[in-house]
Parts: sequence; structure tokens; C-alpha cells
Amino acid sequence: MPKLLTGAEIVFKCLEDQKVEHIFGYPGGAVLPIYDELKNHPSIKHILVRHEQGAGHAAEGYARSSGKPGVVLVTSGPGATNVVTALTDAYMDSVPLVCISGQVPTHLIGTDAFQECDTTGITRPCTKHNWLVKDINDLSKVMHEAFRVATTGRPGPVLIDIPKDIQFAKAKYKKPNKEKKLNGKSHNKFSQDQIDELVKLLSKAKKPIIYSGGGVINSGPKASQALREFVELTGFPITSTLQGLGAYPGDDNQFLGMLGMHGTYEANNAMHDCDLLINIGARFDDRITGKIDEFSPNSTKVHIDIDPSSINKIIKVDLAIVGDVTNVISKINKTIAKRKNGHSKSNKSNLAKWWEQIEKWREKDSLNFVNSDESIKPQHAVQRLYELTKNKDTYVTTEVGQHQMWAAQHYKFNKPNRWMTSGGLGTMGYGLPAAVGVQIAHPEKLVVDIAGEASVLMTMQEMSTAVQYNLPIKIFILNNQYMGMVRQWQELLHEKNYSESYSEALPDFMKMAEAYGCKGIKADNPAELDDKIQEMIDHDGPVIFDCHVDPNENCFPMIPSGKPHNQMILGPNDQEENKIKGKGKALV
Amino acid sequence: MPKSKSAYSIPTKKQKSDTYIFVVWVDNEAGVLARVVGLFSGRGYNIESLAVAEVDAVKNISRITIVTTGTPQVIDQIRLQLTKLVPVHKVAEFKREDKDVIFKEMALFKVVGKRNKIEKCLNACKKFNPVILDETKSSAVIQITALRREIDVMNKKLKPLGLISTSRTGAVAMTRGAKIFN
Repeated sequence: MPKLLTGAEIVFKCLEDQKVEHIFGYPGGAVLPIYDELKNHPSIKHILVRHEQGAGHAAEGYARSSGKPGVVLVTSGPGATNVVTALTDAYMDSVPLVCISGQVPTHLIGTDAFQECDTTGITRPCTKHNWLVKDINDLSKVMHEAFRVATTGRPGPVLIDIPKDIQFAKAKYKKPNKEKKLNGKSHNKFSQDQIDELVKLLSKAKKPIIYSGGGVINSGPKASQALREFVELTGFPITSTLQGLGAYPGDDNQFLGMLGMHGTYEANNAMHDCDLLINIGARFDDRITGKIDEFSPNSTKVHIDIDPSSINKIIKVDLAIVGDVTNVISKINKTIAKRKNGHSKSNKSNLAKWWEQIEKWREKDSLNFVNSDESIKPQHAVQRLYELTKNKDTYVTTEVGQHQMWAAQHYKFNKPNRWMTSGGLGTMGYGLPAAVGVQIAHPEKLVVDIAGEASVLMTMQEMSTAVQYNLPIKIFILNNQYMGMVRQWQELLHEKNYSESYSEALPDFMKMAEAYGCKGIKADNPAELDDKIQEMIDHDGPVIFDCHVDPNENCFPMIPSGKPHNQMILGPNDQEENKIKGKGKALV
Repeated sequence: MPKSKSAYSIPTKKQKSDTYIFVVWVDNEAGVLARVVGLFSGRGYNIESLAVAEVDAVKNISRITIVTTGTPQVIDQIRLQLTKLVPVHKVAEFKREDKDVIFKEMALFKVVGKRNKIEKCLNACKKFNPVILDETKSSAVIQITALRREIDVMNKKLKPLGLISTSRTGAVAMTRGAKIFN
């Protein structure tokens, strides 16, 4: 007869069988049996965070940089509610997380017991699925199912709520089922006919553009490889969403830079004027499309996505291909190659005019800014950081705001999984704990959080985690003393009424670094910037870098609202002519 | 259009909305109805009526019938979002005008009054298979099965005849002929 195990033991058995090596968590009354069991499982390392939101974001950073699901362990009540922001963030950005939460014993559920909350009720809309385990005999099955749901199809967070008495109760452990072969819910639902139709469109296009997104990253490194081959085979220009950066090399000539609200002039104009738009693993987010009615008005639209509910959600498309990006693009590449072996010639020659037009747009140099000898311009700081770290296989996380957009514009990524940022939910405070998770997954790599001083204060306590585990993360704060993006909108839309967007009493980040027991570096002069950045990179340990930048700098280019892609405002030089007015205000 | 200073786009022209009936087969487990209903409220879809009950005790399957309105794009989204829920097995939807599908609601009317009024009520309900479930000298509970709008009409009509309480179900649906929802 097989041995009976306690719920806590079953939890760890499952984690071991799912090859989990790290969990991010915070103990509390309702998960103590699980924490008690931790000591018996040396292959699983627990990372103690300082706030459960930090555990969630750290697990996100871990997942996004490694391709493995992130695992979170929190207690009932406040432990679970604190992790809700991170779960929602992971849901919006399709990050696989498995969150295990403790719950009050089953006989107390519904009695308003100490640290009780309706965790499955609260997290239902922000997880792919969740479970309240009321019977110990269900536990192993639910745990394995949770990992399957989190990691297959469009990935996302799941939560398992385990009452304390279930953690003590005993049952037989069941191993995960061997992967059933496509039990009717296969994720690839495309046919060769659709691929052929797409290839036909490719050969006819005169003004094509590829618009790739986070789905390429989620599909794994092979997808990026296939995408690169596809772009080379076709000779098409490619642009990327915020989440897709790194899937295609950022310094390649065929890459037009990021698109959308703060995307480049050439990418947005190409989106507007194209005759064939190929969306690969992106979701027509409202920061990308601008005004829907005038979005890419003359193009045939193709959408490749693993999630059928993404198709036609916002933009109606002419050809939808539902499947895993890796499989779809490989199939396309093969089909193109086959045709080429026949007689039909490539249509690269058709594209010459289109590329000419794109080069004209490029000449606008829309990411330019007026540099200064006196104050550090934030864009300059990101550029210098890029130049000094580009040969190091650097992992970059960000917080949310102007600094995030400058990082996306000026830091060029050449590999997938190197860029972790909160796009869908836009969670300030994401970057620092995410950097913790990335560093755990890649202990030898350089991990930089490009931060804003307002965002980073939201989860600053996780510096303590970094110090505890000696994680040499670099917190590169572009300190402009404002909630910069809020200030920018107030400047452009609210007559410079800077309502509550200035932080009066910022802490001294140098002293803060000292207090946490890590290194602090401060820079406020462009002349010393490079040396200081180098000092940060060379330091073997966590660093808080307080980079004082010009507080009045705005993030350009920008699609002002109410405007389609082809009516952007560029940098300071262009601004006088294009003031945002009237209806446009509503759309920024 | 009113000027708004928000970070989002202003709504563009609206398409025409139609009434659709969704039939959803789900695992009969705790919280499954909350998931389905939460999806509707969370994404701003509308529920006109809802009927749910277990239909297969062996396989533990419940059948949920939801009447909703939406533009074709929204209806597509509802189907696709429902299909994504883990406990959902299959989803079928059809337009209210669809001739190949029957759908019915049931209503219970409590009428209080003299015999002749109750008789009049029964008479008025004739078309809708009236059944008397309870009867006293001065009251009756009448059951009818009909379409939503027919029940609406009856509800109004019976008021002056002594109707004091109405209880009604959501719509349930079934295809005509030998075929079933696919």
C-alpha cells in the first residue's frame, strides 16, 4: 500500500515533479504547515520577499526571463489580497504563474475567521483559473492541473487556495498524467490552406509590415528564430509592441523600432500606409492602435495568435491563423522555401519603393532629443547605459512611466526574454521585484531595473530581499522628482496644472542604499555619467543608482489623441506647429 | 461629443445589437456559475435571463442558458471568452429569430379573486398550456409556458384580474428535429 502523505508533503511532491526550483513567498498562519515541510526538500529554494506583491512580480520576472512558470506561496487574507496586483499584471501580460495561498481551515470558511478572505472569489477575474481544495484527495490532481493551465495555450496566472486542515490531512500522492495527446483542445487550429493564402498575400504585397508582439516571446526562443528567418525570407519591415521587444534584433536595419503611442515615426507611418499588415502574437492594444476607425485604413490584415478570443476583438482581420507562433511561422517559412525552389521569384524587388518611403520617414529621426552639457537628459542616460552594457547579455526590467518608454525606445534588445516590463496593467513598482526574480533565474547575468523614482518607491522594500540573497541587481533610477508621465499629460492636456505629480519629500537614495546595506551611486552631471555607470556595472552586489535627470523632459514622439498613426508629434522642434487641441485631448 | 480629458479613446460609432441565446455545458462544480456570470459582468456584457441546472448526473454536467444582447462582434467575443473557461465543455449560440430552435420560459401566476376572475385568467392563458397547481375558493396558482414577450403580455393582462405575484424562469432552449447543438 502506498504511503499516505500530508497535504503539505503533497504540495512539495508536486513542485518537485513539476521541476520547480524556486518559490517566492512570505509565511503566515494559514501556510505554516507548508513552510514547515520546506526543510525536507533541498531541491526547492524559497526566496523570502518583503511584501507579497513583490513575490508576485519576482515570480513574473523569473518566468519571463526563463520561460518557466513562476511559483508564489502566500498566506490567507492579506497575503492573498497583496498578491492580487501581481496576478492581474501577469494575466494582462500572459505570464505563467502558479500561486499557492493558505486558507483558514475548511470548518471556518465563511465565518469571517481571522485572516479569512474569499481568495478564489477575489482572484477569479484575474487568473486563468483557480481552485479551492476542500478534499485532500483532489490536491495532487489540482496541483498538476494548475501547472498545465498556467503554461499551455496563452499562458497566465492560476491560484490554488489550500485550507490549513487540508495541509495536515493525509492522502495518496498521484503523479502527473502523461501528456494526453491533444485531447480535443489543441492550440493549433490552422490549416495549410490558410498558410497558402498568407503566402499568396506575401507575394502580392507592395507595402507590407510585420507587427510582432509578446506572443513571439511566449512561444519560446524557437519562435524568435523562426521570426528572424521569416523577416529575412520576405525582406519585409518589422515593428514590435512593447512586449515583443527582443524577438527581433533591435539594431537590425529591417527593424523600424517600437510602434504605438510612443513608437517611432517610421513604424507608425508604415502601419498607417501599409497594404498588408501581419500581426504575429500581438493583440491590437489601445496603446498601439490609436483611433480605431482610422487604424491602418488600406491594408489587408492578418492575425496570428494562439488565443482565438484575441481575433477580431478590436480590429477586424481578413485572415486569422490560430496557433502557436513557432508552429505557424515555421510552416510559413517552409511553404515559402518550397515555392522558391519552384519558379516564382521573390517579391523583394516590389518592395524597393516602400523601403524608400520608410527611409524618408526614418530621416525624421523621431527619437532625437536636445542633449545638454549641464543636465543629464534621461534619454541620454538610457543610451549610455545601453552602450556600456550591450556586450554583456543584459537583462532589463522597468517600472512604469516615462523612463519605461525611454528604455523601450533607446535600449536595443537582440534576444528574447531579456526585457521585462509591465505593459497591460502598467504596474508602477513592477521593476525592482521583477529584477529580483530575473537575477534568481540568471545568477551570473547583469540585471538592471531602469526605474523612475516614484515607481521604485512603491516596492522599495524588496531591496532588502536583494541584499539578503546577495542578488547584484542594479536599480538605475532616472530621478526627475516628478511622476513624469503624469506630469507630461498634465502639461499637454491640463494646462500645466501639475496636480499632485511632484514628489515634495523624496528620500535620499544614497542613504537609503546605505540603510539597506547595498551600494549607492549618484550622478547629476553628464560628464561623470559614463564613469558612474561603469562603477555600477563593476560593483559585485546590489546598487541603487540615483541618476538626477532634467525634470522637464517629455517623452516623444507621441501619437496625440484622437489622431491616427500618421499624425504624430515629434520632439521639441516639431511641437510648435502641432499643438494638441479640442477632441484630441480625450485620446492621449 | 463631450470633451473628455482621459487617457483613452472616445467610443466610436456603435453597431446594431441583436438578441442571442447562449447554451453552455459546464462541469457542475463550485463557483462555475460565478465564473460564467462574472465573465459577463466583468466585460460589460448584458444578461437578460439565465437558467441553469444539472442535466447529466453521471458526467456531472450542468447546462446554462443565457439570453443576451450584443453586436455581432460582442457575441463572437462572448462565445470565445466562454470557451476559454476551464470548466466549460462546449458553447452554442443562436439568434432569437432562429427558426430551428425552440425556446421557452415558464411562469407561475398567483391570482386572488372571485371564481369568475380566475376563470377569466385561465381563459386568457389558454394558448400557453395553463395548468392549475393550487386552487382555493379565492385563489389559484397558474403555470404557463411561453415566450418571454408572451409572458410579459400576460403579466400585464392578468393584473386587473387579480394577479398579485409572478414568478418566472429564464429561457431554456432546444433544437428542432433530430439534430442537437454542435
